[in-house]
Amino acid sequence: MDDLLREFLTESAEHLDTVDAELVKFEQDPNNQPILRNIFRLVHTIKGTCGFLGLPRLEALAHAAENLMGRFRDGFPVSSASVTLILATLDRLKAILADLEAGGTEPAGSDADLIEALDAMSQEPATPPAAAPASAPLVVQALARELKPGEVSLEDLERAFMEAEGPDELPPLTAPTPVAEAPAPAAATAPAPAPAPQAPAAEAKPVEMSPEAEAAAQKNRTIRVNVETLEHLMTMVSELVLTRNQLLEIARRHEDSSYKVPLQRLSHVTAELQDGVMKTRMQPIGNAWQKLPRVVRDLSAELSKGIELVMLGAETELDRQVLELIKDPLTHMVRNSADHGIESTGERIRAGKPAGGTIRLSAYHEGGTISIEIADDGRGLDLVAIRRKAVDRGIASQADVERMSDSEVAKFIFHAGFSTAQTVTSVSGRGVGMDVVKTNIESIGGMIDIATQRGAGTTFTIKIPLTLAIISALIVEASGQRYAVPQIAVLELVRIEAEGTHRVEHINGAPVLRLRERLLPITSLSGLMKADTDQAGGPVSGFVVVAQVGRQRFGILVDEVFHTEEIVVKPMSSKLRHIPLFAGNTILGDGAVVLIVDPNGIARKVGQGAVSSDSATQVDEAAEAALDKATLLVFKGGGSFKAVPLSLVTRIEEIDASKIEWLAGRPLIQYRGKLMPLVPADPAIVIRSQGTQALVVFSDGDRAMGLVVDEIVDIVEDHLNVEIVAERSDLIGSAVLRGRATDIVDVAHFLPLAYDDWARGPRAAKAKNPTLLLVDDSAFFRNLLTPVLKAAGYDVATAAGADEAIARLKADPDISVVVADLEMPVRSGFDLVAEMRRGGGRISGLPVIALSGAIGPDAVTRARALAINDLVAKFDRSGLVAALAELDAAPLDQAA
Amino acid sequence: MQAANTNAAEPAVAVGPREYVTVLVGEAMFGLAIERVHDVFVPSGVTGVPLAPREIVGLINLRGRVVTALCLRRRLGLPDRAPGAACMAIGLEQGAETFALVTDGVGEVLKLGADTSEPVPINLDARWRDLATAVHRLDGRLLVILDIGALLAFGESLAA
Repeated sequence: MDDLLREFLTESAEHLDTVDAELVKFEQDPNNQPILRNIFRLVHTIKGTCGFLGLPRLEALAHAAENLMGRFRDGFPVSSASVTLILATLDRLKAILADLEAGGTEPAGSDADLIEALDAMSQEPATPPAAAPASAPLVVQALARELKPGEVSLEDLERAFMEAEGPDELPPLTAPTPVAEAPAPAAATAPAPAPAPQAPAAEAKPVEMSPEAEAAAQKNRTIRVNVETLEHLMTMVSELVLTRNQLLEIARRHEDSSYKVPLQRLSHVTAELQDGVMKTRMQPIGNAWQKLPRVVRDLSAELSKGIELVMLGAETELDRQVLELIKDPLTHMVRNSADHGIESTGERIRAGKPAGGTIRLSAYHEGGTISIEIADDGRGLDLVAIRRKAVDRGIASQADVERMSDSEVAKFIFHAGFSTAQTVTSVSGRGVGMDVVKTNIESIGGMIDIATQRGAGTTFTIKIPLTLAIISALIVEASGQRYAVPQIAVLELVRIEAEGTHRVEHINGAPVLRLRERLLPITSLSGLMKADTDQAGGPVSGFVVVAQVGRQRFGILVDEVFHTEEIVVKPMSSKLRHIPLFAGNTILGDGAVVLIVDPNGIARKVGQGAVSSDSATQVDEAAEAALDKATLLVFKGGGSFKAVPLSLVTRIEEIDASKIEWLAGRPLIQYRGKLMPLVPADPAIVIRSQGTQALVVFSDGDRAMGLVVDEIVDIVEDHLNVEIVAERSDLIGSAVLRGRATDIVDVAHFLPLAYDDWARGPRAAKAKNPTLLLVDDSAFFRNLLTPVLKAAGYDVATAAGADEAIARLKADPDISVVVADLEMPVRSGFDLVAEMRRGGGRISGLPVIALSGAIGPDAVTRARALAINDLVAKFDRSGLVAALAELDAAPLDQAA
Repeated sequence: MQAANTNAAEPAVAVGPREYVTVLVGEAMFGLAIERVHDVFVPSGVTGVPLAPREIVGLINLRGRVVTALCLRRRLGLPDRAPGAACMAIGLEQGAETFALVTDGVGEVLKLGADTSEPVPINLDARWRDLATAVHRLDGRLLVILDIGALLAFGESLAA
C-alpha cells in the first residue's frame, strides 16, 4: 500500500469519527452554522481525496451525502430520519475503508440503495442536487462550488492536503484559496503531505486574523509520528531516568563534588525530557469519547427515550495507553446508563422529571490521577433489589447486606453475572460487562466508585493514573527484601511499636490496628510473601502502610520504609505473571531489581483472610480454638489479676479522679452528659481522689456503669478453662491467662449494684417476661450470657446440651425463644434445631437464634434450611440483643 | 511445538558440525546451541520472587534490563548447589524476554559433528529426556545437548 493511501485511510477514519460526533450535535442544534460547515468540509475532503486517489465507490457515496448536507446548509429542515441516513452512509464509508485497509483496493459492491435514498431526500423539494449549494454566500466560496463525480480541481487537491496537516478546524478558506493555487501543483506531485500547505496558511494569517485562523495555524504545526517511534523514545527515556538515578546514587556516596553540578544539570534535563516525552504520549480524553454521542443517539432512538449526553473536560489529557484501555469500559458504562439508568419518557414525566434524561460525562485531573465521572439523572440503583439478589445468589449473607453501607451494596453490580434488570434488552441487562469494566479499570491501577440515589440518578467515578509507564512508588522492606508500593494506593504510614500507642492487636489470629477509632485489618507483607512464619503472635513492630483499593482500606505491615521514588514499570516475566501480588518490577537507583506490589492483589488476599491462607492444620486448630477461645480484658484490682470478656465492655476510660462525685455515699461521675455510677471491681479497691482513675465502662441502652479498677493490663485472647468458684458472687471463676491466674469477673453481679432495677431491665413494666432457653455446652458462656439476656428482659432457662434442651422444652411451655450454640460436642446446635423442627406442635415453631464462633456461607445455608431466625457471632452481645429485639418486634407487627 | 523443535534440531545435527557452549552442573556437562546464547555473565544482585515457580531463582539487572534467572539444577531436578559456591549465568532470549540460565560453570565452545551424536538413551530420567535432544560421545565424558525451547517451557502450565 503506498504512503498516500495509508495517509488517506488514517485521515478519513479520523474525519468520519469527527463527523459522527458533529452530526449528533448538529441534529440537536440545526441552526449552528459552524458545525454544519465543519461537517460539510470534512465530508467534502474525503470526497475530494477519493476522487484524486481513484476510489469511485467511496467518492459516489460521499458525494451523495455531501449533497444532502449541502441542502441542510441552505436551510433544508434537519430531520432525525435524514441524520440517521447520513450516519448510515458514514457507517458504509467506514466499512469500505476497513476493507480498503485490509485489501488495498476498494471492495466490490453497490451502494445504490444509500445513494438513492440520499438523492431522494435531497431532491425532496425538487431541486437538482448539483445546483444546491450555489447560493450560500455566508459560507465559503471555494466550498460552495460543486463537483461532478470524478472531477478534481486543484483547489480540492490543495484543500485535501491542507486538511491532512490539521484535521480539525480550518479557516473558512476564503482568503488562502487564491494564494494557494501557486504551491498546490507542487504538493499534488509530492507523495506525502509536504510542508507546502503550511505556506499558504502562514501567508493567510495577516489577511485573516480571526481566532479560528490562528487556531488552524497552530494545528498546522503538528506532525504525525509513528506510535512505535514514540514508544521507543519512551523506553529510551525510561532507561535514561534509571541511569540518572544510578548516577545520583553513586554521587551520594562520594565526597568529590566536582561532578555534582553537571550531574544536577543532567538530572534536570532528564526530568524535563521525561516530561516532554510523556507529553507526546498524552491525548485528550475526548478521543475516547468521540464515539459516545453517536452511541447515545442510536440508543436514544432504539429505546425511544430522550437522552442528552453532556461532555465536560474532553480536553483533559492522559496517556494514550491508558486511553485505549478505558475506551471500551467507558462506552459500556454509558450504554448501561442510557439503558438502565435513564427511565422511559413516560416514567420520567410521572416522576416529575424533565422528559429527556441527561448523561453527564466529565473528566478532570486530580493529583497524579484523572477522574472520570459518568452521571445520569435516572432512576438510581434499586438497592433493595440488589441486597435481595446478593443474598439470593449467595454472594453475601442477609446479615452482611444489612450491615453494609449503600455504596458497598451498590458495588455488587460489579459481580460477574449480576444484573437486576427486569428484562434483558438488546443493549444491556445480561449481567455481563460491569464485572469486566471493573476488572479492566483495576488492571490499570484504577478504582471505580458508585454513588446512587433512588429516583435521582447514579454517578460512577473512575479514578485512573495518568500514565502506566512511570509511577511514584514507596520503597519498603519486608524480611530483608525491598518492594515498591505504588503511591497511588497509599493513604498514610503508621509506625508500629510493641509498646507504643499504635500496636497491632489480634482477633482470633487476625491482626488489626486501631487507627482513629477504627479497626484496620492488617496483613503482613512478609506473611504474604511466605517469607517467614514465626511472626504470628509475638510483638509486632515496623510500619503499617495504610492503603485503599476501591472502598477497601487495609494496612500492609512492613519492616522498614525508605523513600518514594519515581520508578519505571517493567512488565513481569511471562513465567511470573500469574502471581497476583505483583504488578511488575523495576530497577532502583542503586541498580537493584525490586518487585512492584499490586495493591489490588493484596486487597484480594486481605479479603480472603490470613487464617485461610495458612496451612490446613492451623485452620483446624483455629476452628477448634474458636469454640473456647475468648478475648478478655485483663485488669488489676484488689491485688489480683481480673478479666472480663471484652465483648461486654463498652469503653475503657482513664478519668481525672478529682471529678468523681459522691452522692448519698455512692460514687458517681459525669460521663457523656449523664451521671454514671461507679462500682469497685473488688471490695479491696480504693477509689482514688487524685490522679487518674482507670474505669471499665459497661453500658446497656442509655445506662452506663463504670467498674473501678486499679490498672488496665492487657487484652488477651486465650483458651478459657474456667474453674468455677462458688464462694464469691462477683466472680464466675478463675482461669489461667497467659500463665497468670486470673479471676473472671461476673458482670451480672455488678450491674444491680449500680442500678437497683438493672436486673429487671427496661422491660420491668411488662407483666411477665418471656422465657428464653439458652443452650450452650460451656458453663462460662451460659454464665456470661445469662445476665445479658436478663438485662434484655427475658427470664432465662439454660441447658448444657441438645438432649437437655429438648427435655426443657417439653417440660416448660413458657419457653418462647431458643438461643442455641451451634458448635456443641455430642450433638450440634443444628442437630437440636432439626429435632425441634421435626417434633411438631409448639416446639417446632419456636424461633431460634443460633450462636456460632465462625459464620461461614455453608453455616448460613444450613441455618436457613432449618428456618433458624438469625445467626449471631458468639461474642456479639449487642448483635444477639438486636436479634432478639427483632424477633420481639415481628409478632407485634403481625398483631398490628 | 516443543516436539517440532526437537525434530527440527536433529536433522540439523546430522547435516554438519554445530557449535555448542558447554555448561557444567555438578559432574555433568551440557551443551547449548551457540546461536541461542547471547551472554555469559556472573549473576549478582538476584532479587528473589516470592511465590514464583521453584525453577526461578529471581530477577537480575543485566545492564539495565530485567532478566528472569532460572536455575538449571532445579530445572533438572538436581539438589541446589552449596551456598556460596561459584556460578555462571547464560543469557538466553525467548520471545521478547531475556532469561538467565544459572549453572555451576561455563566451559569451552565445542564444534561437534553428527559422528559423535547419539539419540537420547531411553532409560534417562523422564525430566531429562524431555529437555535433551541428543548425547555426544566425547573423550572420557558425555555431553548432553539441551533443547533451550524445552528448557524455558515451564511455568505457564504450572500456573494454569
